[in-house]
Amino acid sequence: MPEPTPFTNRFTSRRGMLFGAAAVSAGTLLVGCTSNDSKDEEPAANDQPAADDKPGKQVTIGFAGPQADHGWLNAINDNAESRAKKYSDVTLEITEGSNDTAQQIGQIETLINKKVDVLVVLPADGKALTQVGLKAMRAGIPVVNLDRIFNTPQAYRCWVGGDNYGMGLNAGHYIGEKLKGKSDARVIELAGLDNLELTKQRTQGFDDALKNYPNVKKVARQAAEFTVESGQAKMAQLLQAQPRFDALWNHDDDQGVGALRAIEQAGRDGFLMVGGAGALAAFQAIKQDNGVLKATVLYPPTMAASAIDLARALGQGKGVGGLAEYEIPASITLYSAVVDKTNVDQYMPTGFK
Amino acid sequence: MTQPVSPPRDSTDKVPQIPLPAWRTVMVRADLRTLSLLGVLTALIVIGGITKPDEFLDTRNLQLVLTQASVIGVVTVGMTFVITSGGIDLSVGAIVALASVWATTVATQEYGFAGILFTAMIVGVGCGLVNGLLIAYGGMVPFIATLAMLASARGLALQLTDGRTQIVTVDGVLDLGERDAYVLGVPPLVIVFAIVTVIGWLVLNRTTFGRRTVAVGGNAEAARLAGIDVRRQRLYLYLLSGLCCGIAAFLLIILSGSGQNTNGNLYELDAIAAAIIGGTLLTGGRGTITGSVLGVLIFTTITNIFALNNLQSDVQQIAKGAIIVAAVLVQRRTASTT
Repeated sequence: MPEPTPFTNRFTSRRGMLFGAAAVSAGTLLVGCTSNDSKDEEPAANDQPAADDKPGKQVTIGFAGPQADHGWLNAINDNAESRAKKYSDVTLEITEGSNDTAQQIGQIETLINKKVDVLVVLPADGKALTQVGLKAMRAGIPVVNLDRIFNTPQAYRCWVGGDNYGMGLNAGHYIGEKLKGKSDARVIELAGLDNLELTKQRTQGFDDALKNYPNVKKVARQAAEFTVESGQAKMAQLLQAQPRFDALWNHDDDQGVGALRAIEQAGRDGFLMVGGAGALAAFQAIKQDNGVLKATVLYPPTMAASAIDLARALGQGKGVGGLAEYEIPASITLYSAVVDKTNVDQYMPTGFK
Repeated sequence: MTQPVSPPRDSTDKVPQIPLPAWRTVMVRADLRTLSLLGVLTALIVIGGITKPDEFLDTRNLQLVLTQASVIGVVTVGMTFVITSGGIDLSVGAIVALASVWATTVATQEYGFAGILFTAMIVGVGCGLVNGLLIAYGGMVPFIATLAMLASARGLALQLTDGRTQIVTVDGVLDLGERDAYVLGVPPLVIVFAIVTVIGWLVLNRTTFGRRTVAVGGNAEAARLAGIDVRRQRLYLYLLSGLCCGIAAFLLIILSGSGQNTNGNLYELDAIAAAIIGGTLLTGGRGTITGSVLGVLIFTTITNIFALNNLQSDVQQIAKGAIIVAAVLVQRRTASTT
């Protein structure tokens, strides 16, 4: 009888890894100018399209994304579809999401053969889909690469995605400012899946931000797996290990549901918690303001709507409204705004379930 | 190769016939394997106590370790039966996921506490029934049948939720995870775990059902010739494993306050590892509930000590692997001296 080997590859082969990748992005760092001020951001659900709104030439946009096995990816699909409906001059050809590389390549090739005007691709695996991106570009179809980036800039005309380093940075600055003047402040971190690059980027940003606050020290860090179950288990242990701390940064709002449950079960308070991603449940908790969760750092799914805007502008040969350039930019990194009680109403419509 | 195949080894009538001092006889009866596991657990407790005396040797921490052991512990009890019969159930984690997701869908939550509890159990038993029918009457190899169940139950769980987290809104359920629900300082989850363990031990060691399980695992053909309905026995065993998954799913709902399609991730490996470390033979014919439960407690304690000392997950993985090897080696050593 084949004998399974317990505990080998405990993390490398997990479904959770896909899940984690889906939850956020495997995107590269395109950190340019992340401001520390998070309060005066434009609304993430800006209804103003990036390019001008006047109907123009008919554009067919092909959209291929991964399987929506996570709230954030559902939100990506919803955002793309609803934005495309806003335009009378846009036809959206949407494929069924798949996490299978071969299948996704096939779907994109079908879209190429159908001669769509522009492609928007959120690859399940950016590296693995680079070739088909190149193929589309060579066929004269411009590609808008969404979030998980292709291996080479030749494979896309424009990249739109989130900023993992910026999430950590902004979470760190928010916490640093809140704990200003408190001597010997202690901070703990509940990270996401540790073998994902994006988790390291988030932690790096967080650590870099905390260097600005000599009174604040990170005393513990545990990695969970982007799931409610792991969030509960790891947080319960962290709470036991740290009898006193002042702030907690949790990388992901989904595992945050579990983390909050552990906090409630341990009957703990007296610290401030900052989440990550921008789930509706987190926004609601921030608005109610009756628990430890005071803020969350965004990784906005609205990027899908922006990708449709950019694809339309590409198809019609327009630039982006408000910018001097004649063409759309080559890459756009979204800002990881901090949402707290002061601005939560503004962001509420973008919260995903 | 060191074990006799057939009758339950834990029963006292099979003590080796070598004259031993009275105290040694008692020790042998208590089972050296179990003692070696207790030794490992004690050593871990000492390590925890030395490295983090204030946090580790704390009532709350004891409650925490036992609570976290409960969910996987209940699954492991069911798994022990299946492995003892010479089978394997790779679908336990997926069944926990499906049961937790189904039990927490909005429609079910309208039926309150009982709705959630029974849905979880029925889904668990249902999946176990499919496993059992495929294996016992469909002639499928357990590895394959339960692998198929793993895939389809996870798929169904994903389909039911659309990847979304089903948050529990029924108050009575969540209350069971709160501190004021503790009975004499023992969390209700731990009480369920204890009950499942005791029932599991009694059934495996003190009933015909248990003896048949061991017999089927030792030599299915001999068991059939002895008049045991091997097929029906196998069907019941996978049903039992499914039921344990349903109970575990309910405990997980209480613990995490939600159902998610990622629940129970890799439970199959954790449960198999705990059972094997506990002394259950992967080839069947020998099973020990006490050992399995000690195996679960050892893993949970390791995780706890690592977290308290703020070790990162890479270190945790390496150390966990090393401890599995060490525990099995120690066990082999003690087994050969009996």
